[in-house]
Amino acid sequence: MEAVFREERGRLLAALARRFGDLDLAEEVASEAVEAALVHWPVEGVPPKPGAWLMTTARRKAVDRLRRDKVYAARLAILQAEADRAGPVPSPDPDADLPDERLQLFFTCAHPALPAEDRGALTLRCLAGLTTPEVARAFLVPVETMAKRIVRAKKKIREARIPFRVPGPDELPGRLPGVLQVIYSIFTEGYAASSGPDLQRLDLAEEAIRLARILRRLLPAEREVAGLLGLMLLIHARRDARTGPDGGLVLLDDQDRGRWDRTMIEEGRGLVVVALTGGPPGPYGVQAAIAALHDEAANVATTDWPQIVALYDVLLVLTPSPIVALNRAAAVAMRDGPEAGLALLDELAGEPRLRGYPPYPTARADLLFRIGRLPEAAAAYREALGLAGSEPERAHLRRRLAAAEAADPGARQARDGGPDGMPHV
Amino acid sequence: MKYMLLINAAMDDETGPVGNGCTVEDWMAYDKTVKDAGIFVTGHSLADLVTATTVRVGPGGERTITTDGPFAETREVLGGYYVIDVPDLDVALDWAARCPGSWGGGSVVVRPVAEF
Repeated sequence: MEAVFREERGRLLAALARRFGDLDLAEEVASEAVEAALVHWPVEGVPPKPGAWLMTTARRKAVDRLRRDKVYAARLAILQAEADRAGPVPSPDPDADLPDERLQLFFTCAHPALPAEDRGALTLRCLAGLTTPEVARAFLVPVETMAKRIVRAKKKIREARIPFRVPGPDELPGRLPGVLQVIYSIFTEGYAASSGPDLQRLDLAEEAIRLARILRRLLPAEREVAGLLGLMLLIHARRDARTGPDGGLVLLDDQDRGRWDRTMIEEGRGLVVVALTGGPPGPYGVQAAIAALHDEAANVATTDWPQIVALYDVLLVLTPSPIVALNRAAAVAMRDGPEAGLALLDELAGEPRLRGYPPYPTARADLLFRIGRLPEAAAAYREALGLAGSEPERAHLRRRLAAAEAADPGARQARDGGPDGMPHV
Repeated sequence: MKYMLLINAAMDDETGPVGNGCTVEDWMAYDKTVKDAGIFVTGHSLADLVTATTVRVGPGGERTITTDGPFAETREVLGGYYVIDVPDLDVALDWAARCPGSWGGGSVVVRPVAEF
């Protein structure tokens, strides 16, 4: 039954939001419908069309609410009049248990009239089902700040009447990158959960992949959609090897590459070709190409680091950001040695976006460890421990810290470990 | 749903309003399109900023009248407005983008009209 609710909640919310133009009302009655199901279904059995049951129940509760509340009632009357003016919206699949209107909700949550920082937050909250504290961690802001942002974003959707619809073909190129960014942020949250007992939240990663597949079907000519889907598949292919039997983090260096999902890698590689053919490359296509180089290598030593650094150079031009610079520095460390990588990392020390971002001190600590600057490595691991993340990530950092403290400070440490903890590639 | 389009012109402190390359014909054509589309509620073009006068009333009822409008410190000056009635924000944003006031360094701020 939990699975049913998880699958249906997003759809329910999307359909209700479209109908009532109000995410708060939609969330409220969606929750009430799920509560009603928890009471009725164990007694009466799960209905043949659970989605339709939930939708009918939620809609009835919304109408009740609107009858009690005159202000809401006035809004409903206006919305119905406006909907009539705008013309009927065809349902994409009338035979479905509950039509999937999540795409509309995606474009609403990623709407350019919302502040950029609120778009991903709202999507994670409404479509991925994250709690506000989880969303706050994903975006590295305090919980209260995030709660205010989500309230503000919902208020703007409601009061400025941002529509729940998919943009027309002429608007699509301008609107699509925002939606892709949002899907990728859901994926990275699934790839390295921001909190909780599990390192990876595969349901989130798979949800992001599923949404990207839907987009790919709807927009087959958009190469960046192919790039994004390819990128996520090429990373997700490593999921089984990334966690040890005890749930611990396994670095790229130490992963059993035989456990990588070859079918998924092949699909991802095919999408890289699509993404990089027929025009200038986009940021997702380039990142997918980097991920493909990792997936094609038999081990870390034979990985094509010069090519990876070159791709990061391209990426840095397309999307200049300290996060990309951090990943590039880690690749340079593999190509030219840890000192070269560390020098680049230290240049990024003042970047506000890397403050409080665990991969930064982790990457520094790994390189300091490899160079043999053990007290500094230990300090950087401690800094990362003060910030990270899921329990397996923390356990990994504690092990590394212990290793740094135990090693003879005078002895040069042999090469050990490597860059990891990066959200992409 | 009613939206107000606040049409702002770029302003230079020394030389006054900066032209954005739009002609009277551009404005007349836009005005006609808005009215033909049946979305026009109201709208006016405002006289030059030098004609503006600001009134403030203090706690004791005393009037202060200034000619330094509240716009003096900003780089953009309200030059006119429309109120249009359209189904949603996307449509309002489209009309704002078609308005000559949003071209060539000008901007149009779209504000929903509060409904009570």
